[in-house]
Amino acid sequence: MNMVDVFDLTKVFNSLKAVDSISFTIKKREIFGLLGPNGAGKTTTIRMLTGILTPTTGSAVIGGYDIQKNPLQAKQLMGIVPEMANAYIDLSPLQNLLLMGELYGIKDKREKKARELLLLFGLHEKAHHKVRTLSRGMHQRVIVAMALMNDASILFLDEPTSGLDVESTRLIRDIIRRSKDNGISVLLTTHNISEADQLCDRIAIMNYGRIVAIERPERLKRVVESSTSIEVAFSEKVEKEELLFEDVNKIEQKGDKFRLYTDRPENVIPAVVAYADATQNKVISLNTLGPDLEDVFLRLTAGESNGSRNGNDDENDH
Amino acid sequence: MTMKMTIEQFQRAFAVAKKDLLIYFLKGPTIIFGLLLPSFLFVAFAIGRDLSVDFLIPGLLGMTLFFTTSAVGPVIAPWETRMRTFERLVSTPIALWGIILGDIIASFAFGLVITLIVLAVGVVLLGIQVITLHLLVGTGIAAFCFSSLGLVISSPPTSDPSQIMMLSTLIKFPLFLISGIFIPLTEMEGARVISFMSPLTYYVDLARFSVQETSYFSPSVNLAALAGFTILLCVTAISLHKKNLNRRF
Repeated sequence: MNMVDVFDLTKVFNSLKAVDSISFTIKKREIFGLLGPNGAGKTTTIRMLTGILTPTTGSAVIGGYDIQKNPLQAKQLMGIVPEMANAYIDLSPLQNLLLMGELYGIKDKREKKARELLLLFGLHEKAHHKVRTLSRGMHQRVIVAMALMNDASILFLDEPTSGLDVESTRLIRDIIRRSKDNGISVLLTTHNISEADQLCDRIAIMNYGRIVAIERPERLKRVVESSTSIEVAFSEKVEKEELLFEDVNKIEQKGDKFRLYTDRPENVIPAVVAYADATQNKVISLNTLGPDLEDVFLRLTAGESNGSRNGNDDENDH
Repeated sequence: MTMKMTIEQFQRAFAVAKKDLLIYFLKGPTIIFGLLLPSFLFVAFAIGRDLSVDFLIPGLLGMTLFFTTSAVGPVIAPWETRMRTFERLVSTPIALWGIILGDIIASFAFGLVITLIVLAVGVVLLGIQVITLHLLVGTGIAAFCFSSLGLVISSPPTSDPSQIMMLSTLIKFPLFLISGIFIPLTEMEGARVISFMSPLTYYVDLARFSVQETSYFSPSVNLAALAGFTILLCVTAISLHKKNLNRRF
């Protein structure tokens, strides 16, 4: 049985189709990424799956429970980190965790579990401080800890590491990996392509409310194999046009580096070295780069960005 | 929903009420509209006028209960919408009616405690015997009724508490003015019919009966009217919040 089954889910706000007939599944112990630009519909999707918003059409089944027909049973299986930080800032981390425990009906081991989580997230020394006095990183840790309070079967994490310091980001990523090891499924939305690449078993790329691809990260990268590139830096100043060798499809300048896109790197590398010799310049660095998920993302979303959509196009991520 | 699930929902509603009690009773709007405003109104009403204590106490009780119980409810929903904690609550396994009930219970507890203090002061300092079974039962029902009114007022899906406080003032003051606090029902004549639309009318009338042993309606009618308003307002609060839920996010 899948942990999540989504069928033709659609959400329309006035005339705007924020989510347009999407379908996907999430297996048990799977980390599933939702990747997309602002306004793609990621947050609206999560809000429908977690019972916060009612879908206009379509349905979602969480752990065997339809979120519309059996919302309480479905929600009992979920742990949620919403997009915006929303612990109770006038309560302490401990009080926030205990409240979650009560709302999920945890009776006997509520305080023990809360204190274990505070320790795990390095919050034990701040257990009785009001959340409003904590740093952003600490605040986000409280929110992730709240999502883990009920031993959920599936975690919905909406941009959980957005804007966080390195230490907090690493901690939260470790928790996500550990959750999978403990048999928990995860739905992760992120803008961070490398984060999705590192963490996710499968990724769905969303744009303008639609899913444009669902695949494993490595397979997605094969979609754009032609975007192999050579990144080169010279000791002396070079004009971009001088590097337009045969077999180079496109050149991008990034600081003092040039990225030469090619289908035939074996021909371009000697040409670069020959150019450096001929102009008495030196190659400081030279790297061959395969397509990364960013290339995939840009390729898959580029075709849609010029297209139109029902309603206006300036939607924020609802 | 099974009996077990219903009981669990009530337990979770109490968790929401406990959270509200910890967070909202020291917020500015609660203090201003729940404690300071009725105190000022009462002082303004009583000072310089030759009114008997027997006449003042029922009005004071009604005013205190009405303003304190309906002060907290309007603050919670817009505040939590703004802080994005309402979204957090809705995503947990508690039904919307459980969240609303939790907020009502918190308002009820706040109003009841303050009113009982006023009642105790009346008995101890002024030596007035006001406590009757009817008044005690009526105070409980009325506290629940006015708390539900507060939740009806908070149902528009805004994240700006000041908008709800403005709406609250617009609704509560007319109700307050027509409820027989300043002019007994027996002396209202033509305006009396309008006063029947306010639940506060029945509570003040009940309090007058307890203090002065005279009232427009019998205690049973007052209690029944209060119970009816309570059910109506509670159901209305839940349906309006349900209707507006999607527009909060």
